[in-house]
Amino acid sequence: MKGMTLIVKKTTQLIAGMIFIYGIYVIIHGHLTPGGGFAGGVIIAGSLILVTLAYGGDFMKLVKEEAGTTIVESMATIMVIIIATAGFLFGTKIFFNNWLPKGIVGQLVSAGVLPLYNIFVGTEVAASIFIIFLSLIIFKEESPQ
Amino acid sequence: MELAISIITGLMILGALYAIHARDLLSSVIACGIVGYSLVICFLLLKAPDLAIVQIVVDTITLIIMVAVVLDSSREEAFAKLDTQGYVTAATGILMIGVLLYFFINAIQSMDTLGQSTLRMANYYIEGAAQKTGSANLVTGVVFDFRGYDTMGEAVVLVTAVLGVLTILRIKGKK
Repeated sequence: MKGMTLIVKKTTQLIAGMIFIYGIYVIIHGHLTPGGGFAGGVIIAGSLILVTLAYGGDFMKLVKEEAGTTIVESMATIMVIIIATAGFLFGTKIFFNNWLPKGIVGQLVSAGVLPLYNIFVGTEVAASIFIIFLSLIIFKEESPQ
Repeated sequence: MELAISIITGLMILGALYAIHARDLLSSVIACGIVGYSLVICFLLLKAPDLAIVQIVVDTITLIIMVAVVLDSSREEAFAKLDTQGYVTAATGILMIGVLLYFFINAIQSMDTLGQSTLRMANYYIEGAAQKTGSANLVTGVVFDFRGYDTMGEAVVLVTAVLGVLTILRIKGKK
């Protein structure tokens, strides 16, 4: 997959970081403002997809080696599963017990374990959507013409 | 507000009809975008910004992937002539539309107006949810505290979907 023109590349350089940071903001403030793990995760995946589309698959060295792609794919899937389960194993000897102190409503550090759930779910959503996109690119390059 | 939502819903129906009947698959995909982005405006009017954020981002990514697929394969739609099975399918579809319309009208007449009623369980969630969960955003409080198992199920569903995509898309397979 080839990249796009110089204009698109420069604009992507300017914008992609801001989109990424906005996704992190949406995730971290998920218990205060609209948004949360799912919305922020999809925004982060969108910024990564933007970079991939603008610069092309060759720039990120995604393809050409079958062993490499399978290793990357397996590791990514394993990481997604680890992250997805780790988000629900942290500290909760009783499942879904809000065991941390609640704090003052409206402050950034409050609401017990809810921000932790937001962060883990956001990472998981970003990883899975980006993996679906990457697998579409990688397996297309692998297929016989 | 109901008038605005009715107009937007009519626009969504027009977009969906055009998406089915368009000759060019690319314009069909763009018409699907009309449906998605109109849904975003509906969510905003119904005061659900959490859903609106998710919908607008997911819809954009889906459109990008679908446009890439259409540009890569073919823009022509494959037409097939109607045979006996096609006529049976069409008749069944029209019959189902009539039956569903009848039951929808019956159900809507016995419902309260939009946004006026709160269910018994929702009342329990709304009363003092900020003190119970410590979260200022009620949606996050419900999703991650009261309905924690639902969220875990959603995350597991996403992982399963990724596994399915990786399994189906693999062409070469290990010998």
